[in-house]
Amino acid sequence: MTAAVSPNPAKLIKGATGDWEVVVGMEIHAQVTSKAKLFSGASAEYGGEPNDHVSLVDAAMPGMLPVINEECVKQAIRTGLGLQAQINLRSVFDRKNYFYPDLPQGYQISQYKHPIVGEGEVIVDVTPTERITVGIERLHLEQDAGKSIHDLSATESHVDLNRSGVALMEIVSKPDIRSAEEARAYVSKLRTILRYIGSCDGNMEQGSLRADVNVSVRKPGAPFGTRCEIKNVNSIRFIGQAVEVEARRQIGILEDGGVIAQETRLFDPGKGETRSMRSKEEAHDYRYFPDPDLLPLEFDQAYVDALKVELPELPDEKRARFVADYGLPPYDAGVLVAERASADFFEEAAKGRDAKLVANWVINELFGRLNKEGLDITRSPVSAQAIGAIVDLISTSVISGKIGKDLFEIVWQEGGDPREIVETRGLKQVTDTGAIEKAIDEIIAANPDKVAQAKAKPTMLGWFVGQVMKATGGKANPQAVNDLLKSRLGV
Amino acid sequence: MSVDQATVRRIAHLARIAVEDQEVERLGAELNAILDFVAELSSVDVAGVEPLTSVLPMQMKKRQDVVTDGGFADAILANAPEKDDHYFVVPKVVE
Repeated sequence: MTAAVSPNPAKLIKGATGDWEVVVGMEIHAQVTSKAKLFSGASAEYGGEPNDHVSLVDAAMPGMLPVINEECVKQAIRTGLGLQAQINLRSVFDRKNYFYPDLPQGYQISQYKHPIVGEGEVIVDVTPTERITVGIERLHLEQDAGKSIHDLSATESHVDLNRSGVALMEIVSKPDIRSAEEARAYVSKLRTILRYIGSCDGNMEQGSLRADVNVSVRKPGAPFGTRCEIKNVNSIRFIGQAVEVEARRQIGILEDGGVIAQETRLFDPGKGETRSMRSKEEAHDYRYFPDPDLLPLEFDQAYVDALKVELPELPDEKRARFVADYGLPPYDAGVLVAERASADFFEEAAKGRDAKLVANWVINELFGRLNKEGLDITRSPVSAQAIGAIVDLISTSVISGKIGKDLFEIVWQEGGDPREIVETRGLKQVTDTGAIEKAIDEIIAANPDKVAQAKAKPTMLGWFVGQVMKATGGKANPQAVNDLLKSRLGV
Repeated sequence: MSVDQATVRRIAHLARIAVEDQEVERLGAELNAILDFVAELSSVDVAGVEPLTSVLPMQMKKRQDVVTDGGFADAILANAPEKDDHYFVVPKVVE
């Protein structure tokens, strides 16, 4: 298959010899959410005392045999369904052979020629107006390795096998990504899908989601260039930066007449550079072969269908429903569905109300404030009911939009029922024209010079509006103030 | 099929087995003898035959997702040549 689409000029990188196109494909390692490991009964929980979550299978003691955890199989199938992918009813586990101290078996049990999940796709919203489709090549199940710690001693490494044998899903994309921004958006979307399905918690700090990023550059329309693989990038921001600096590095080499060596590199966020990871004295030779300890993994279509029925509403479906049922702009709907908890919060708050107004309050005020404080939606001090109540108070003109923001702040700080707060603190909007007129009369009487100016220059009206709002503690209905002032001043 | 000296060194390296120069020739000869012995299998036509994964037609056994194992770090580390605070300790593996 050839890429028939011509490159988007906005995505190209300017070099000394003209434009370059960056081509990115990704391998995401997602830790499967399960209680026990892929092939043993030891705990898959993060952390723990060193070598406490380790069975004799994980430590590769002689004679131990792997027995597959059915839940991990189900999680891989669910994820495949969420990626609109081909589910293979028969797949095979292979041994990938290499030596490292945190791999006691001397091989990783993985899937090579026959993965459990085949081709699929992910729809990615890159910006409010741009949507791309990233192809999925495959998803396979494999074991994680243990953890080597290199900074406890100057001359030795410490090995903890707690992670050894934990189930991973390796999700391989096609090289369909064309910019750092697209790379970030792809990983965010994949993470959202995994979290909806509940097959991976997506926690990048704890390494539940790690990305190997393959980057190459080419002149637009040219064949793919030689790629470099940047290993183990562990935040979405760093993924974007790694693509950016690696593309620049390769363009620099090519424009100086050099060639790109295919190699594994490491991204150093501190220095903002990638560097060669191993002095590869020799290309790896993993000598894959089918693991004789394990039979092929087989199940029937009814098994897959039963899992499909149980899947929750996925982000793309939810987004489409928010657009159709609530009349939200697609991008706003996308922001709300990025986390299942946010989407639930919004739906709770929007129940029986102007959904667009609620969406604005949730996205602009609440998300803005949560981000600033580094809080998760589940820890929001302002409940969905409270947001709903504030929106009600505004849409029935009990308070102005501006007071609404003050009210939000009070609820954020102190909690409480917004309706009661409005009552007890006298925040109600003054729509009583008598009270507003009284304030206007006083201000006009006290400022004859300004009145003369305003008659000559109607933009002076703003000053009067400000004075009236001040005199009424911001509670006057702005529209009423404007109308009354205009008629009083005759402008 | 014949194994040359470079292949012997490469296989030894991949298996992390130290091989002295004077051993290479003898090991090459031994490997060739083994390969010759099993070469007879190549005479069988297996076109269209699925690899045999089990002599009995059976499904792979699966486990429930329950924690039933672990919690004995002392036993795991019992044979470790070197350990520290329940960690295995090995020569430094990064530069």
